[in-house]
Amino acid sequence: MKPLKVGCGKPTGSKIGKPQKEETETKETEKQEEATMAAVKVGDKAPDFEAPAYQGGNFGQIKLSDYLGKWVVLCFYPGDFTFV
Amino acid sequence: MAAVASKYKDLQDLGVEIFSISVDSHFVHKMWQDNELSKMVEGGVPFPMLSDGPGNIGKIYGVYNENEGVEMRGRFIIDPDGVIQAFEIMTPPVGRNVSELIRQVQAFQHVRKTNGEEAVPSGWQPGKPTLKPGPDLVGKVWEAWKVEEAF
Repeated sequence: MKPLKVGCGKPTGSKIGKPQKEETETKETEKQEEATMAAVKVGDKAPDFEAPAYQGGNFGQIKLSDYLGKWVVLCFYPGDFTFV
Repeated sequence: MAAVASKYKDLQDLGVEIFSISVDSHFVHKMWQDNELSKMVEGGVPFPMLSDGPGNIGKIYGVYNENEGVEMRGRFIIDPDGVIQAFEIMTPPVGRNVSELIRQVQAFQHVRKTNGEEAVPSGWQPGKPTLKPGPDLVGKVWEAWKVEEAF
């Protein structure tokens, strides 16, 4: 997890990009795309993203493509403090 | 989420990284961790809890409910090549089965280990028989595998 500077603005800012692939692009060429509802399919490359995160007392930044080479499980859920 | 956290060690032993994602800010994730999750499972949630405030990630993964502004209970298994091997999406009131998640990871890892030469039938768990698809197996699954093995 890359460190994340904590500011005063409302913290949001997940970003999505091209489907993840080996690190060939530089930061400048990374394109952010407007998110449209598009269901992924099994067998597809997992769309890459970067988002702020909390883990073990620290805030950081997680980029999915940094984890190529590992098995990854994403668990979306409706919200903190919900009941199930 | 506490249930996933309680099985984190088992998932780590399988070489799996877990990321939870909701539209809450990472500040709220901290509060949830401090005030509730840490009381449900020792040490709380050990994996990164991601904040998808704008719902952008949820939209591209097809789990974002625009009317309610939240993400459905979606679980995706991604292999080391970055390919989605499985997903399950549920409406909020029903929780997921973490044991089934672990079983599916083990099954996909087995298939990958055999370079796809073996397929794992319904309900497969480590140690149970697998199938080797090929001309000799056509019409012979009934000999090679019994339905009872699925349970």
